Amino acid sequence: MSIEIDGIHKAFGANQVLRGFSVEAREGETLVILGHSGSGKSVTIKHVVGLLQPDEGEVRVDGERVGGMDIEELFSLRRKVGFVFQFAALFDSMSVADNVAMGLRRMKEVSDEEREERVREALRVVDLVGFEDRAPSELSGGQRKRAGIARAIATRPGYLLYDEPTTGLDPITRAVVDRLINRMKDELGVTGIVITHDMESAFRVADRLAMLYEGKCRLEGTPDEFRNSEDPVVRAFIEGRPELMEEAE
Amino acid sequence: MTRTLLAPVRALGRGTRVFTLAVGSWGSLVVDAVRALRWVQIWAPLTLRQMTRIGVDSVPIALFIAAFTGIVLALQASYTFTGAIPLYFVGVLVGKTMMLELGPVLTGLALSGRVGANISAEIGTMRVTEQIDALETLAYPPVAYLVVPRVIAGTIMFPLVTALAIAMGIVAGWITAIQLLELSTPEFVNGLKLFFLPFDVTYALIKATSFGFVVTSIGCHFGFNTKGGAEGVGRSTTGAVVASSMVILVLDAFWAVLLL
Ligand SMILES: Nc1ncnc2c1ncn2[C@@H]1O[C@H](COP(=O)(O)OP(=O)(O)OP(=O)(O)O)[C@@H](O)[C@H]1O
Ligand SMILES: [Mg+2]
Repeated sequence: MSIEIDGIHKAFGANQVLRGFSVEAREGETLVILGHSGSGKSVTIKHVVGLLQPDEGEVRVDGERVGGMDIEELFSLRRKVGFVFQFAALFDSMSVADNVAMGLRRMKEVSDEEREERVREALRVVDLVGFEDRAPSELSGGQRKRAGIARAIATRPGYLLYDEPTTGLDPITRAVVDRLINRMKDELGVTGIVITHDMESAFRVADRLAMLYEGKCRLEGTPDEFRNSEDPVVRAFIEGRPELMEEAE
Repeated sequence: MTRTLLAPVRALGRGTRVFTLAVGSWGSLVVDAVRALRWVQIWAPLTLRQMTRIGVDSVPIALFIAAFTGIVLALQASYTFTGAIPLYFVGVLVGKTMMLELGPVLTGLALSGRVGANISAEIGTMRVTEQIDALETLAYPPVAYLVVPRVIAGTIMFPLVTALAIAMGIVAGWITAIQLLELSTPEFVNGLKLFFLPFDVTYALIKATSFGFVVTSIGCHFGFNTKGGAEGVGRSTTGAVVASSMVILVLDAFWAVLLL
């Protein structure tokens, strides 16, 4: 039940984004990926569910190579992985409840009653009760984000990929989401990858962290290893002091 | 010197390459759509709704265009004939022209604006806001979910809308003839029947079916390949309308060569 990202390279035209990035989210842990804006964090997690294919290297989920899967195998992988998009990516032709129900509709073993129950439950967890019939366009940014989280957890996946789940939320809601991430791990044993810029959140949810820098893993380690790191690139990022990097250069 | 002389050649070469690539990627979307037919439980429930959106909702505009075309055809026919040709030939001209050419083509062009633009804007927006990625992460095949229902609906509904448009055009021509042209109903109907072949209807429906297929599949193709935010959505919408209008005109000539 682990996610192994193994030396992946990815370029878009002349833009070489990933240059041999390796990192592992071990079974039942939450891995936080840090990195500057545009460093390729979103690109990295899209590889985990096969939305992007690496130019080189491979991604393995539960020991299975994502690159070698046929479409049916990809579907069964995706049913096990919840994906929280950076900008929510809600279906704007559907109500909030229908958005959350979408993944469940693809699961034959979930009956209609159970689906409704799970939708209610997922919306309750993200504190969106009463918003079932709203259109996504009628939600605030933070509400959209939470609806996106509800959609990802409704299928009770074994893995969860969160792309900046707390960006743009108020401090209270941010803490609620962090607690939710921890609950998913503790109660359901979810293996998670969280992308965030928010160091407070990062240290609240991380079992381990990894920093993506110039297409590679700059540092992978425990929160303490990060706090005590002497690397100016890492310190500049977690302390929010760009001058540290300039001094190092 | 040689550079400036070669510039147009080079531009032509580049244009040809871009065109070939576009046709190739449209073709591969069509192949994907055929493969996606196996996910019946995904596309079937969505097809009815698309038939309403693409077909039923397009009826007013199609009828509007056809009505005025019918009126103008009748008046222009009588103006052209000016006593040299018996007036009941107005019926011939209105009937034949509506069926063979203007019914299918004008309806096709109008719907390429309405339906093609709508499809590419909707799918393009879904692309740039990552809704298509989201579909994939929820284990939906996007082609089965988005493309198949629209293409099936268009291919079925365009001929139906076109048939209504043809009927409307003929009725409008008939009313014009009896009201403004001193023609009686039996004369007009005789004219209609005079050179009528059942094949005319088949021909009109074959054309309309092919227009329905290209307008919807080209709209989906441009939508799927949208890049770059709202501006990109605008670009692909325009692209879809221009490309499908051109393809309609080329196909129109193609069917004339092949079937007449
Ligand atoms: N589909 C794509 N086509 C072309 N370029 C892309 C695509 N997706 C991402 N990129 C490019 O890859 C780079 C990394 O993008 P990515 O979205 O992964 O950044 P990020 O680390 O998530 O940044 P942020 O923190 O701002 O979200 C950027 O330069 C971006 O322009
Ligand atoms: Mg990102």
